[in-house]
Amino acid sequence: MFYREAGQFKTTYQADQAVFPILQDRIGLAIILVSAFVLIPLAATDFFLTVIMIPFLILALASMGLNILTGYTGLLSLGTGGFMGVGAFACYKLTTIYPGVNIVIWILVSGFFSTALGILFGLPSLRIKGFYLTVATLASQFFLDWSFIRVQWLTNYNTSGAIEVPTRTLFSMPVTGPNATPQFRYLVILSIVTLLTWFASNLVHGRIGRMWMAVRDMDLAAELIGIPLYRTKLLAFAISSYYCGVAGALMVFFWYGSAEPGVFNIDQSFTILFMVIIGGLGSLTGSFFGAALIYGLPIVLKNVLHGVGINIVPATVEHITFMSVGALIVLVLIIEPLGLARLWQITKQKLRVWPFPY
Amino acid sequence: MKAPGGPEVAAGDVLLSVEDVSLAFGGVKAVNDVSFDIRKGEIRAIIGPNGAGKTSMLNIINGFYHPQQGRITFKGETRAKMRPHDAAAGGIARTFQNVALFRGMTSLDNIMAGRTLRMNKNLFWQLLRFGPAMKEEVEHRARVEEIIDFLKIQEIRRTPVGRLPYGLQKRVELGRALAMEPELLLLDEPMAGMNLEEKEDMSRFILDVNDHFGTTVALIEHDMGVVMDLSDRVVVLDHGVKIADGTPDQVKSNQAVIDAYLGVAH
Amino acid sequence: MDLLYKILIDPFVQMGAAPDLLVQTLWEGLVSGVLYSLIALGFVLIFKASGVFNFAQGIMVVFAALTLVGLHEIGVPAFIALGLTIVVMFGLAYLVERLMLRPLVNQPDIILFMATFGLTYFLIGFGELVFGGNPKKMITSQLYLPSGAYDIKMFGGFVSLQKIDIAAAVIVSLMVISLALFFQKTRIGRALRAVADSHKAALSVGISLEQIWVVVWFAAGIVALVTGIMWGARSEVSFSLQIIALKALPVLILGGFTSIPGAIIGGLIIGIGEKIGEFYWGPLLGSGIESWLAYVIALIFLLFRPQGLFGEKIIERI
Repeated sequence: MFYREAGQFKTTYQADQAVFPILQDRIGLAIILVSAFVLIPLAATDFFLTVIMIPFLILALASMGLNILTGYTGLLSLGTGGFMGVGAFACYKLTTIYPGVNIVIWILVSGFFSTALGILFGLPSLRIKGFYLTVATLASQFFLDWSFIRVQWLTNYNTSGAIEVPTRTLFSMPVTGPNATPQFRYLVILSIVTLLTWFASNLVHGRIGRMWMAVRDMDLAAELIGIPLYRTKLLAFAISSYYCGVAGALMVFFWYGSAEPGVFNIDQSFTILFMVIIGGLGSLTGSFFGAALIYGLPIVLKNVLHGVGINIVPATVEHITFMSVGALIVLVLIIEPLGLARLWQITKQKLRVWPFPY
Repeated sequence: MKAPGGPEVAAGDVLLSVEDVSLAFGGVKAVNDVSFDIRKGEIRAIIGPNGAGKTSMLNIINGFYHPQQGRITFKGETRAKMRPHDAAAGGIARTFQNVALFRGMTSLDNIMAGRTLRMNKNLFWQLLRFGPAMKEEVEHRARVEEIIDFLKIQEIRRTPVGRLPYGLQKRVELGRALAMEPELLLLDEPMAGMNLEEKEDMSRFILDVNDHFGTTVALIEHDMGVVMDLSDRVVVLDHGVKIADGTPDQVKSNQAVIDAYLGVAH
Repeated sequence: MDLLYKILIDPFVQMGAAPDLLVQTLWEGLVSGVLYSLIALGFVLIFKASGVFNFAQGIMVVFAALTLVGLHEIGVPAFIALGLTIVVMFGLAYLVERLMLRPLVNQPDIILFMATFGLTYFLIGFGELVFGGNPKKMITSQLYLPSGAYDIKMFGGFVSLQKIDIAAAVIVSLMVISLALFFQKTRIGRALRAVADSHKAALSVGISLEQIWVVVWFAAGIVALVTGIMWGARSEVSFSLQIIALKALPVLILGGFTSIPGAIIGGLIIGIGEKIGEFYWGPLLGSGIESWLAYVIALIFLLFRPQGLFGEKIIERI
């Protein structure tokens, strides 16, 4: 009833080409932004911020990155973890070599290192497609994972092989390291994620987004209407890796606080991929849904089981999580291959015409 | 708007000529020593029985296949090899025998994608979707709306093309090709699988495109009635070899053509 | 200059200086190659018959081996446990067909591929829940598999050949021959090849997709069981095997996704290349390059021959 576009006439193509052409959507977005920037930091407990919101935002950012490559351009990658790692280690090296430069700048710069590697490992996409390309991304994953362990220069020769995040400040308040408050960390992450989401949304709704989707849906036809396949794919690799790299840097600096090289292994790649699949291939909103669901599932599972008085060991929770995630993936693919985002769209469509079916 | 590359060709002059072109897959000769030309502004039909090499011929013209022998001259430029992307940039657009739309995208986005080559605002502006990028987007949207009006597909603008019936898909595909504002439009069986009404509509569109925009059209079609009515000149292929070339009337009375279609006792 | 010497010359000098070590390394490579081939074989079987790239083949290996060992642990005699495991693998094939493949028929390949990720995760969770996460010992002797080694004197040194490895090579050869015969000579084999070419066309001539899928997934399950036993006998049965199984992917790239001989030869190339690379060139890079060398070999190979060793040249049509 409230979700109607009746009476909203667009008189310019500019208005009709907007990302959110419907007024209610714009109001909804405004409400989400206000609550994310104002209400949550004021009201939420430290626990909620550090355990739920911060990880959620970072994972959503990584999913968005992978979604650009896999969902929009149709190149299935299993190398997400590796590209995230590149961002994290690049940021660590940069901030230890040049501690004077603001950490937020280094986080945003470190993404470019992932971009460089993304382009490098995307080069084979000129000749190979489909599963073959997926295997090529596995090559990058295993090679990068190996480098994080073997190349001790990356960890500044720390004997444990792990990196310890130093304290850095923003506006003379600590923003990383043990003394940073959750509220401040959250706001910084939220700003970065909001900015990058806005960029991504602009991209996918414009010329470049159409080029990506054209390559995904039918690469030969795309080539015949003049879309340069190779450059389009490489651009997808570049931008996707940038997002993953920034997400990786944020993950270590703002969430974990320290990192063993193992956190960027193939399991990380899979986790992000599952978020993309469940959330919805080819949907930025879906990336947020997917991140919330996959990350939230074990937490909810644990609390629900505790709540009903079943006390089970954490290992069992983990096993059940694995099973549910696996089953969920198959289920989503069967019910709606385009994931939660598509279900959300259908719901909105139904709301628009409610109470009539058409 | 002038297409990039190559000099302007006056109406009636040769726009594209194919000389002694041969293409083989392994031992199979798909196209064998074929020559013909397409003049600016005409509707040129390529006909022939199944397996005659018609689609391969189109694939050669827009650079998707590279012929082992022969030359192709387009707008006065002769070439042996060309990437599909260059063909598109040079002003050759086409539709496909089995609709090759971008299934996950809406009709509007499909047709907008056809304008990719004419859009040039860089990554920076694309990130912001503001200023020049938005201006460009709106300009092209206006052009695309003209095509949508022309093809009468206003109400399916926002429908993902995967959900459209076949006839409409063909129409959207034509729209995508038109969005490229091509000089030469290649249509691969634009009326296959259509009912009479849809065929009439499509014929109308092809004639209008040819009339209004002066677009040169080369089309493959099996419906002889349509071919005879629409085209200015017809080239007939059989088993990869050219067996006739001329006006519809000349071709209709050609003995080799009649034999190829009806079969002949050997 | 020094680096070039270390890369281009030194390894070969080492090979010449200690040929017994070279033979030993080659043998090790051959054996792990055989096991890679086995996993790849499971992939190829399913890919040939359903166009599904079954990512879960690795976890199926672990799952089969764990079931066997698990059953034996609760007191079931070895050979009865083996029989029961085969039954379990059949049940798995049936359930996969029923619950996953059938509802996804006619979806794009990539969707089916991703569904097998889901299957992988489900089986990991389920396996750990039932059998626990700890590594187990394979019941080698109970299944009358040989143990110990032959030490052969050669080039002034010893080359040690594990008996179990020899047994593995023999069993794999037998299995490949019987599978090849099955594919070429039987009615079901023909139907399988038909399904691989086109689901719709196969359906239209009256081939039952359901039945075919159960058969191939079951066959792949048997291959997984054999792989699990052989691999388990060499090290132990644990979930880390599942990651090693990803090694079968570069094997497939070399061999082509649809070729059984390709899977075998690809497996051997990767196995040997990896061991030689690790032993002679690994120290230059700080060792451990085994984890990615196979992929890089496959990648370089792909750039020159995108369709694999035995794949047919792809003609793109539109």
